[in-house]
Order: sequence, then structure tokens, then C-alpha cells
Amino acid sequence: MPAESHATETAVDSTSEDAPLLEVKNLRTEFRTRSGRVVASNDVSFTLDRGETMGLVGESGAGKSVTARSILQLIESPGEITGGQVLFKGEDLLERTEAEMGPIRGKEIALIPQDPMSSLNPVLTVGKQIVETVRRHQDVSGAAARERAVEAMRDVGIPDAEERVDDYPHQFSGGMRQRVLLAIGLSCQPDLIIADEPTTALDVTTQAKILDLINDLQETKGMGVLMITHNLGVVAQTCDHVGVMYAGNLVETAPLETLFDAPRHPYTRALIDSIPKVDVSYDELPSPEGSMPDLGELPAGCNFAPRCPYATDECRTAGDPTLEAVGGSPSSAACIRADELDLRESATPALAGTGRDTVDRSGDPLFEVRNLRKYFNAGGGVLGGVTLSRDDGLLPQVERQQVKAVDGISFDIYPGETVGLVGESGCGKSTVARTALHLMSPTSGEVYFDGQPLHELDGSAVRSLRTEMQMIFQDPQNSLNPRKTVGQIIGRAVEKADVAHGAEKRQRVRELLERVGLSGDAAERYPHEFSGGQQQRVAIAHALAAEPRLIVCDEPVSALDVSVQAQILNLLNDIQAERSIAYLFISHNIGVVRHSCDRVAVMYLGKIAEFGTVAEVFSPPFHPYTESLLSAVPHADPRQVTDRILLEGSVPSAIDPPSGCRFQTRCPRKAGAVCETDVPELEAVADGSGHHISCHLSVEEMSERRSFVEPQGRLD
Amino acid sequence: MAAEASVVERLRPTTAQRERIARFAVRVRANTKAEIGLAIVLALVLVAIFAPVIAPYSISKTDISHRSEAPSVAHPFGTDSLGRDIFSRVVMGSRISLYVGFGSILAALAIGTVIGVIAGYLGGLTDELLMRMMDAAMAFPPVLLALTLMVVLGPDLSNVILALAFVYTPYIARVARSAALTERNESYVEAAVARGESNRRIIFSEVLPNCSAPLLVQGSLNISFAILAEASLSFLGLGAQPPTPSWGLMINVGSGFMDTAPWILIFPGLAIGITVIGFNMLGDGLRDVLDPKVDTVAA
Repeated sequence: MPAESHATETAVDSTSEDAPLLEVKNLRTEFRTRSGRVVASNDVSFTLDRGETMGLVGESGAGKSVTARSILQLIESPGEITGGQVLFKGEDLLERTEAEMGPIRGKEIALIPQDPMSSLNPVLTVGKQIVETVRRHQDVSGAAARERAVEAMRDVGIPDAEERVDDYPHQFSGGMRQRVLLAIGLSCQPDLIIADEPTTALDVTTQAKILDLINDLQETKGMGVLMITHNLGVVAQTCDHVGVMYAGNLVETAPLETLFDAPRHPYTRALIDSIPKVDVSYDELPSPEGSMPDLGELPAGCNFAPRCPYATDECRTAGDPTLEAVGGSPSSAACIRADELDLRESATPALAGTGRDTVDRSGDPLFEVRNLRKYFNAGGGVLGGVTLSRDDGLLPQVERQQVKAVDGISFDIYPGETVGLVGESGCGKSTVARTALHLMSPTSGEVYFDGQPLHELDGSAVRSLRTEMQMIFQDPQNSLNPRKTVGQIIGRAVEKADVAHGAEKRQRVRELLERVGLSGDAAERYPHEFSGGQQQRVAIAHALAAEPRLIVCDEPVSALDVSVQAQILNLLNDIQAERSIAYLFISHNIGVVRHSCDRVAVMYLGKIAEFGTVAEVFSPPFHPYTESLLSAVPHADPRQVTDRILLEGSVPSAIDPPSGCRFQTRCPRKAGAVCETDVPELEAVADGSGHHISCHLSVEEMSERRSFVEPQGRLD
Repeated sequence: MAAEASVVERLRPTTAQRERIARFAVRVRANTKAEIGLAIVLALVLVAIFAPVIAPYSISKTDISHRSEAPSVAHPFGTDSLGRDIFSRVVMGSRISLYVGFGSILAALAIGTVIGVIAGYLGGLTDELLMRMMDAAMAFPPVLLALTLMVVLGPDLSNVILALAFVYTPYIARVARSAALTERNESYVEAAVARGESNRRIIFSEVLPNCSAPLLVQGSLNISFAILAEASLSFLGLGAQPPTPSWGLMINVGSGFMDTAPWILIFPGLAIGITVIGFNMLGDGLRDVLDPKVDTVAA
């Protein structure tokens, strides 16, 4: 194709070495909607130098991704870049036509997309997908390109790159697929990498590894990295320079340390404050009020003014402030009071308190699970996963492969208590919840609710007990029927539980909505008219409607923005205090579990590795898995360095779990052959202690590290 | 009294429902294909309703002196071999086509949706049994199956509706099943189970309303097939019987005069074409409007 070869010649030449690698000036991107134009990226300006990592943080809808995509002109209709410049090595990329952008994308600037599951083509081998990129930009033979692909895979730490180059994406785990995406990005040695939430879809232990990898690669190759994330922990671990976005505007830019030590914009302060610190106990989690305004209905003054504790009348009326340098500091902030405000200290120190009240566990548990097992048949269909085997000359035997999602789990919950279930994805947390509630029937095991054996009751008896046990789901958008109004959804639950009928029912719905912080008129509206946080409030009201005694919360905040998470968690805590409801709280987020639970069970591959109160689990002795899980959580504080324990490989298949201890294949502290042969029992750490660990190591050996919940010294 | 009031209250659309309908209307208006399709279908419905007023002559009045006349001011579409006004017959024929199209597909929707949603939601053996039955019916070409049924039932317009309803039920059931399969995995269904709802209520009150979008699309596409099938059956003499002004029948009669008086079959043919295109465009447009993934205007 002649057009293409011509385009290849016009790649940006690196003559203008003195210009910054990337300079974005007053970039403006708008979207046409039926209700007029919405500015998704409003006069954004920043500079990124070679070898530097710049972070763009903000809540969802703040305009981070739009800004990044505008740099590569990847905005599709109805979006449109309406102004500004994107100077890449001194040349304005916005003046290039679509065809002329070809040699830039992938070769000079690589984009690492967010979702490793859907960003790779499932019908092409990963090698082919890397080769594709290489050959698009470089005039090399197929064999040489393949060489490059293997090299790139080795660079990103994919073991056995040579053998795995011909594997298909589904043969890789999530973390490995993210590495493949990185390898594609790196294959042409770009000067700039735009990483759009590269670790959001990954587990903490995998996230830690990928972030380390990006840091290493950036140092050895001297690239610039634009890191887009909502997670301040990720920013603190990787960036040199940070831009904070809010409602389409860049509201503050600052070097990393300055941003965390002396933020200049009240929103930055609020964002930092909204992350609960692991070593502080809270009576109530810090949460900024309200949520980000809809881009179509921005307030008259400063966009943040309605939520800002420092807002004056001038802030509310005098238009949206522009980003300006703040005197005596390297920061710039879009705040008219930036010079006078002192935001070095958290605005919410008073919230630190004694933490959760102690739970009375003298009586009988409300909910008890003993030896719960749930096996799924591997493979679909009636004959899926069935194998015929004939051993020792005996008759042929039919064997069915089974996924042991939950394999012998026991725990109990007392009235008014919150028990957390943590673990990486695929460890069986959600299956435990559904099996315990009999939404799925367990393979074996006993479940007692208030002394009644659920496993012996028939369908209708279980159904009548359902009102006592409710569930809150991860994604509020899916858990509310889109064809019904909020009033119909909650009203049905009120009616079903025989709490109230008719006019009394409508009154009850209003009360419930008001209890969860919505207006009573919300009953008239449909779920999709609400934001994610509000939808989750509706889901909570729905769960409360039946006046249950136990609520299973399956990742109730993981689909929500940080600032909204704290609001929902506080609401759940308040409701628990009022009605002494017990929660089974499932989460992969260690920080959330730390502040919302009384006791925690750490799960690995269908078994409980450690069980005890939060203080016990987060302090020594540690199960080696708990230890690595806790150490992998990125701290939202650039100065706090934890020596991380990175786990090798990924979680093994539950079809054929490792012999002995299930964690032995990845355990950094494997004791020896005993780990491979004997299954460790979940044993009390000391006589009479509620702290149980399932490990062959001695208590002393598991106690070498300091606690994760006591205040820690900063490493300056 | 109180019960009556609550029924009235339930039937009256709430503000939110009205807004929802208004939004849907705006989206249809924004989609050219849906808009044109809707315009054609609405025009057809109006023609069918006011057919006796529009048609200038009786459909059965023969006039030997004006046999096989070419289109003129008096007879805009000409006359057929018996001297009947073709314009009047085409206008009145719209009633037959729409009657058969809507009648058969509404019946197919009623039965097919229930079968499909039950199969999709319950899964397992129920699904296998119901869907294998549907597959068996689908294994025959639609018109051939309808022909066979017409031979058994006897040529009559209401039998045409019966036969076509039977033929198109499996297609509706397939679509309903796949929609229900998707919805079954949404967590609002799980929330309903956790609330202690019965299967029956979950299927009809929670799952079914969420399957309406693909069914609406499939329904309007199938109406055009049904109209075409009715024309085929009538053309073959197994559908409407003379002197019913069925378009298919008119083409059948007109095929003998193709060389001498082509207008006898051209105009009913055009009418069939426009009707089929109208319902097809409406169905296609609705698919775009109702499927957020094909949406080109930001939501």
C-alpha cells in the first residue's frame, strides 16, 4: 500500500530533543448529546518529560480517559476535539490526519488498555498479536518480528516466552494477559506509554507485580508514562508528577510528594482523605459529601464549590477558576483560595476513634456454616468433563471432573457482627455466600440460621426463611430490575415479607428511601436515573425492606468511586448499629475489610487460610498468604514503603488443586515436603484463641513481621 | 371501590413511565430507518382503517365494458380482467394483509414468548424438551410448513392466521429464550430469589418485561414475513379465496395477463413490496433504537 509506506516516513523525527516529550496545551474535547454539548476535557494543559511518569487521577467521569484518548485522536463521534494542541516532541499531533496518525499510534505512543480480558483478540495467538504491531511499524521479516515478540514477552516477565508465544489469550491468567498487552505496547519501543487503568481489573498481588514491572521498564527504557488511574495508591507507587482531574478540568498538578504533603486544591485533600488509613481506627470513615456533578449540569461557579468545605460566595458565583501556579510551591491549582488555604493536614482528624464496638459472642451464633462444600461439574452439558478410566484391570469407571470451588469451610456470625471474607478472584468467596444462603445447593455441609438447619429444610421452608437473610450485590445496576420503578422494587420486597400493604406500604417505601439518604420521591423513578452510589442505596433499601437479621454483602462497594465507597460503608455501619443486623461481607479490598469487619476469614482456593478478628489477622502471627496479600496493598502515601512479598505465578486451577496445602505451589515460606503431602488443619493459634491459621509453620515462624494495623513509622 | 381505585391507579402511567415513553419517541424520531418504517406502517394502518372511504369503487363490482383497462384518471391503477377497479382492491387488500400479519404474529408472540422465557429461565430438561420441539418445527421451511397445514385445515383466511402463528412461534421462542438466558444471570433475578419469590413470578414479572426489546424487533420483522407468506399461500390458491382482494391472490390472477395487462399484478406486487419494506425498516430501526450497543447518539 503506497499510502501506508508514505505515512511511515512521516513518523515524528527526534530532532527537536530539547522540546518536552509531550506537552498538552488547552486541550478541549466535547461530546454532542441531545441536551447540548458536554465538555469532557476542558482546557487541559500539562507537560510530560522523557523518563517521567505522570499520573492523571480522578473519579469516573472526570475526563481522564477522554484526555488520554484525545492525545492519540482516538475520540469517536459524537465526541470531538474542539481546541488546543498536543505537542509531541514539538509537533502538534492534532494537525495530523487520521492516516498520518497511523505511524504514531503503537510506534511512538502506545496505549495499554484497561481490561486485559476483552482487549486481546481471542482467536489469534498472543504471538500473532504482537507480531502484527511490530510488522505494522517496522519493515522486518516475519521471523525477525517473531523474535521481537518473544523478546518483548521476556521483557515483561512472561515465563517460558518461547513456548507461550503460540498460546491463545484464554490460556493466560488476567495478570499474564495484562503483561501481553504491555508486551504489545513495548514491542516497537515507544517513547510514550499511556496506561489507562492498567491494574484496575487485577487482584492486589497481581497489581503489585504489574506496577513494579511498569516502573522497572520505564527506568531501563527511559520512556515517558502517562498513568491514568482512580487509585491514589497506584499513583503513590508509580508517579513522579500528578494531575488531579474533576468534572473535565485539571484542578491541580504537582510533584508527587508535594501533592500528598501539601495539596493545594480542596478536592485533592478530599480525595486523599477519602482513603481510610490502615493504621487508624475510625468511628466513621471519612467521606466527602455528595458526588461529582453531571457534566451536562455544571454549577455556576467552581465545579467543586457545592462539595467544598472552604467554598465562599465568590467560589459559587465567580465562574470556574483556571489552573494557576501557586506562589511558593511547585504546584498549580484551579482554586481562587489556593494561596490562602492550608490543606497540609487532613480536614477530618476528628473521625479517628476507637473503631468498631466489640461484639458480644457469648450467646449462640445467628448463622453457622460447618464444613461447607460446593463442587461444580467441569465442562458444560450432560457429558461435559466426564472421563472413562480403567485401572488395574477392573471395570471401566466413569469419572467426572469437578471444580472444587468451596472445599470444607466453617465459620459463624453472631448477631450484630460483620464477618469478612477476603481473597483474590476465583478463591470461592461469592460461591460461599450463595451456597450459604441456599441460592445454590451445597454439595455437602451444614448451614444453621438461628439454630434451624437450612440444609435439611425443603424449598418452601427455605423460601419463608429468605426474608430473614438478604443480599446486596456488587453491581447495583444489575441488581435492580431496569423495567420497574424504585418504588415497585422496594414495595414488592415490603409486601413479600408481609411487613406492610397498600398505603402503609408506600409510606414504608418512603421511609426506607429516606433512611438510606434518598428523597422519598425517588420511588417514582427508574433505577437508571440514579448514579451508581444512589443505586447501591436503593439496593440497600431493598435489602432492608424485609427487616432481615442477616445481610450478605457481595463486594458492595467495589463498583463505586472512592469517595462514594466511604458513604455506602458508613451507611451500612449505621444501619447495623441501629438494628443489630449481622453482615457477611465479601470483598477483595483489604482496606475496606479492615474498617468494616469484626472478624475476617482469608480464603485461598476454596479453603480458609486464616480466621480471626481484624486485629488478629492483620497482626502476627500471619499465614504466609495473608502476609503477602497485606503487603501487596499499595499505600496512598509515597513515603510509606512496605517490603512486598510478591507471589510467584497465579492461582492454580480448582479442578486439580495442589496436594497437601493448597498454597504450597506459591508459598514463599514453604516449610518442606510436609507442605506437599499433609493438608494443614485450621488450628487455633493459642488455646482458647479465636485466631485460627491453617499452616505447617510454627507460630514463632509466622510472627516475624510487624503488625499492619498498628501505627507505623514513616521511612523518610 | 378501593380495589377499583387501585386498578385505575395501576393503569395510569406514572410520570416516570410517561417520561420513558417520551424518551423512546425521541429516539425513534432520531433514527431515520425507524422513522421511515414507522411512517409506512402508520400510513398502511390508516389506509386499512379508512379503506371503504378511500376506495372509489366496490371491490366486487364487475364491469365487462372496461375490462383490463390501463391506468387512467377514472381508474388510477387500471382495471382487471373482470373490469374491477384495481386501486380499490389494493386499498381494501391492505386490510387482509395487516389482519393476517398482525393476527398471526401476535398469536405467535403470545405463545412463543411464554415457551421461550420458561425454557430460558428454567434451563435443564425443560429447556431441552421445549426447544427440541421448537427445533423440529423450525426444521421445515416456513412456507412449506404453512402449505401443509393449510392443506389439512382447508383454505380459509382464519386458518391462514392459525397456520402462520404456528410456523412463526419457534422463531419468537428462540429469541425469547436467548433474551431470558441473558436476563437469568442478572443479579436482580438473584435478588428476587433471595427475596423468596416463586419461579412463576420471577419468570413473568421480573424476566419477561426485560425481554421485550428483542421480541419487539423480531415481532415486527416477522410481520413482514407473515404478510409475504400469506401472499404466497393466496397465490398458490391455499389462502384467501376469490373474490377476497388479497394481494397474493390478485397476483395469481394477474399472472395470466402479464404480457397484455401488467398493471393487474404490478400494483398488488408493489403494495406487498412497500408493506414488507416498511415492517422490515421498522424492525431494523427498532433494533438500533433498543440496542444500546448499536446506539450512535450518546445516551
